[in-house]
Amino acid sequence: MSEGTAVAQELRPAAERRPFIENSLVQLTLVRFREFWREPEAVFWVFVFPILLAGGLGIAFRNKPADVMKVAAVGSQLARALHADKGLKVEEMDLAAGEQALRAGRIVLLAVPAANGGVTYRYDDTNPDGRNAKMLVDRAVQRAAGARDAVPAKDDYVREPGSRYIDFLLPGLIGTNLMGSGIWGIGFTIVDARRKKLLKRLIASPMPRWQYLLSFLLSRLSMLYVEIAAIMGFGVLAFGVPVRGPLWELALFCLISAVSFSTLGLLVASRAQTMEAASGLMNLIMLPMWIFSGVFFSADRFPDVFQPFVRALPLTAVIDALRASMLQGVHISRLGPQLAVITAWMILCFFTALKLFRWK
Amino acid sequence: MSLFVIANLRPCGTYWVMPIPPSTLPVCVRGLRKVYSDVVAVDSLDLEVRPGECFGLLGPNGAGKTTTIEICEGLTKADAGTVELLGLKWENDATELRQRLGVQLQETQLSEKLTVEETLRLFRSFYRRGPAVSEVIGMVQLEEKRKSRVGGLSGGQKQRLALACALVGDPDLLFLDEPTTGLDPQARRQLWDLIERFKTEGRTIILTTHYMDEAERLCERVAVMDHGKVIALGTPRELIASIGADHMVEFAVDGAAALDLAALERLEGVRVARCENGGYRLYVTVLHRAVPALFDELARDRISLTELRTHSATLEDVFVSLTGRHLRDE
Repeated sequence: MSEGTAVAQELRPAAERRPFIENSLVQLTLVRFREFWREPEAVFWVFVFPILLAGGLGIAFRNKPADVMKVAAVGSQLARALHADKGLKVEEMDLAAGEQALRAGRIVLLAVPAANGGVTYRYDDTNPDGRNAKMLVDRAVQRAAGARDAVPAKDDYVREPGSRYIDFLLPGLIGTNLMGSGIWGIGFTIVDARRKKLLKRLIASPMPRWQYLLSFLLSRLSMLYVEIAAIMGFGVLAFGVPVRGPLWELALFCLISAVSFSTLGLLVASRAQTMEAASGLMNLIMLPMWIFSGVFFSADRFPDVFQPFVRALPLTAVIDALRASMLQGVHISRLGPQLAVITAWMILCFFTALKLFRWK
Repeated sequence: MSLFVIANLRPCGTYWVMPIPPSTLPVCVRGLRKVYSDVVAVDSLDLEVRPGECFGLLGPNGAGKTTTIEICEGLTKADAGTVELLGLKWENDATELRQRLGVQLQETQLSEKLTVEETLRLFRSFYRRGPAVSEVIGMVQLEEKRKSRVGGLSGGQKQRLALACALVGDPDLLFLDEPTTGLDPQARRQLWDLIERFKTEGRTIILTTHYMDEAERLCERVAVMDHGKVIALGTPRELIASIGADHMVEFAVDGAAALDLAALERLEGVRVARCENGGYRLYVTVLHRAVPALFDELARDRISLTELRTHSATLEDVFVSLTGRHLRDE
């Protein structure tokens, strides 16, 4: 230093060549990973919570096997005739016991032989189960007596994966997760760094600013696939949720969606000075999407006047596209409108965020 | 060396242009001004810092120290004035300047979930050159905490880590903004030892502080700031000598009787007498004569002392004599 700084600089070795791991972008991205994995709450909300939710709702709304109706018959001949129908669980009772069971609700119908050689059905006709049981019992009685169908008919049961509630729900949860991780993961971290004056410290160093922002995107994009794989893997293994579209299309969708939500997170974080301001802003943005974007039920159910608004939300577009691809195998070329909405949000948020962003 | 001295004498700024060499003053600030809504934080401030010196900005909270240093660090834009660091300017050479400055900000909280080593590895990755991470950890004596999370460090350890982040790029110029504020005395002394060691390596350091003992111990030259202006500049010894008294005597007396300041100033060995916070302050050149003289004077008027303190003059007294206020008046 005593020779003066200009000379000292010349005497120094040139900037060193450094290993990949010491590159600033790599280091910044590593920091993102470390901060995420060392925050147990974040790991819970991103990985465990969606799986618990899918598991809980999947079990609650699972398709049960067709109900078996409990009925009773007076007399062994009638009881035998009813045994022929698999939809009925038949007990033989005497009249008094049968009427008792009917009143107590243990059976829905009591068949009693009538004096004229016919049958009397005792049931509550305001109860749908009672009416169903009557039709099944009557059919069994008539067939036992030799009746034949006038028109030959055959059953073809539709119990296919893809039309159940869990199938509908899973793409919704994936979309919500993409949104949550993007907005919370990026928004909170940046606002927290600003609040702690860490952003200010970083820009006082020669850190390239674009690398700081890019490191969020890079870590999001790699984390994204771990998250999606966890949720989808659970859905496929536990409930047999179908993935009909090609995986690369699904991956591409998730990627574009994640980038889009990340820019939204960046926008939320561009000015906020406190965590309170940031979380208020995030709720303001995310709540309408949780409600209107069809996570838990179809967005089509909202009245027509709401539909333009509902369709313009990024989460609606993401979930629609994921459902179409996973459940129906719709080709990516036919999902243009959804892609357009997602991309429009991405561009809008990114450039607004760039304009508004404050490092201090 | 002789060439260097000549360069030092040249006024910096844009008064005239010399073809070579560029200004070798590490810091040269001219006419700096910064206004925040209605407060003038920095008011036409001039500063020059010489190579290899530790320069202190001393002043109470709100004097404009942090604003000045943040303008120098390129974090705040000045409303007027020029800043030239290492012969470079922020408008043209921001990237180069950031590579060559080491910065410690007031109250930065580094990420709590990273370890000491990971934090330094991150900062090291921003700089073209500099010592190895393990070497920097050694410099600030955090070897044992290398693998510890930042969140688990004590206040002093966090400050040493912040210092390490400032040193990791082998800076030509080091800015330390209140490096020991909020630390216990032991941690402060440890940090002073570290800073003194870097001084011996010939780095130029600018530090702000409102602790006069810190400035006296670490700084070759001190600028005393108040209301955005430099009100005194010199070595701590020069500044203290400028009061013209080596000792301070502070006392208070019983009752409401006001003493005659002129009479006190006529006492042997007393240079100046002042009223202060309901008590009195004497600027004393010969302590062993002034104190007995004071006792005699008070005894003659049958006034009894309720308080008496004496100390050697410090930078604090310089500030008091210039402004009538203490550095840490709340």
